[in-house]
Amino acid sequence: MAMINEHDALTAPASVAGVEGDAGDFFALLKPRVMSLVVFTALVGMLMAPGEIHPVIGFIAILAIAVGGGASGALNMWYDADIDLMMGRTAKRPIPAGRISAETTLAFGLFLSVFSVATLGLMVNWLSAGLLAFTIFFYAVVYTMWLKRSTPQNIVIGGAAGAFPPIIGWACVTNSISLESIALFAIIFLWTPAHFWALALFKSEDYGRAGVPMLPNVAGERTTKNQIVLYAVLTAISGIVPAVMGFAGLVYGGVAAVFGAAFIWYSLKVWRMPDGDKKMIPAKKMFAYSLLYLFVIFTALLVDALAPKLMGLVA
Amino acid sequence: MDRVELTEQQKKARRSRSVALAIVLAVLAVLFYVVTIIKVGPGIFNRPM
Repeated sequence: MAMINEHDALTAPASVAGVEGDAGDFFALLKPRVMSLVVFTALVGMLMAPGEIHPVIGFIAILAIAVGGGASGALNMWYDADIDLMMGRTAKRPIPAGRISAETTLAFGLFLSVFSVATLGLMVNWLSAGLLAFTIFFYAVVYTMWLKRSTPQNIVIGGAAGAFPPIIGWACVTNSISLESIALFAIIFLWTPAHFWALALFKSEDYGRAGVPMLPNVAGERTTKNQIVLYAVLTAISGIVPAVMGFAGLVYGGVAAVFGAAFIWYSLKVWRMPDGDKKMIPAKKMFAYSLLYLFVIFTALLVDALAPKLMGLVA
Repeated sequence: MDRVELTEQQKKARRSRSVALAIVLAVLAVLFYVVTIIKVGPGIFNRPM
């Protein structure tokens, strides 16, 4: 029998899964692509907020929000390792692939959650820290542990977790929640269903195998397509709200209107797609466009917020 | 007495984790130092004992 002393206990025998993960695997636990969206939207919320924040404090706030978002991703991967193994899209994640153990991932996720919230609270303010803690709880517990496996409305309600970062970014500067930051929240919140259901349409076999009750599996393709159009229209409307409320300019409003109209157009292409279509090209295009849409909207908001300041510097 | 021998791949992974951890700790030390100066100001060293 092998003897393992205290130090070696940290590096278990080769026969035990989950010891070969390198730094890249731990980074993958943070869901870097989701994290990039979190960072970007939080940054836009921060830069649009009225008021000033010291650049170093702002950098630390974004870092803490990114780590908090990553922590919730790790907790999601810990809890969902069983279904990740059954889906092609997720089977190569560190836990199902056997490179990092579930216990290590849980500890990693919990530590980063506490660390990111404490850092944000101590260095920025406790409102933003509280919002970050709530976001992590909402994604890891409400969405991952409860809604995801129990209702086809999982990503509608769970989408709130992904929509919180601009509110947190805003709160870092103002120490408050305002109608403007809620309007930014609404854009991402209403965008999420159309984005995920487009994916769920062409990945429905995967979700079916894993037993996740996504809308196409539970209510069928037709209902899903109707819902995609509905949420695309709501997203397009929410996109122009910042211009209507007056905290973004007319140029932004024009960009949001054009890209929102295209979002609806792509959703109608999905709606016209025959039921039982195998290739699902319109759904794949809708999914890709939805990512572009959100990126363009938040970039336009960023430019709209920064342009006057930059022009003031030049003048 | 048998001892656990790590494979080459495990040693490589451990090294990668150690280097990443060292970099993260170093960056945090610098960040916390800078934030302390920003938050408390240059008068941090000028406090009554």
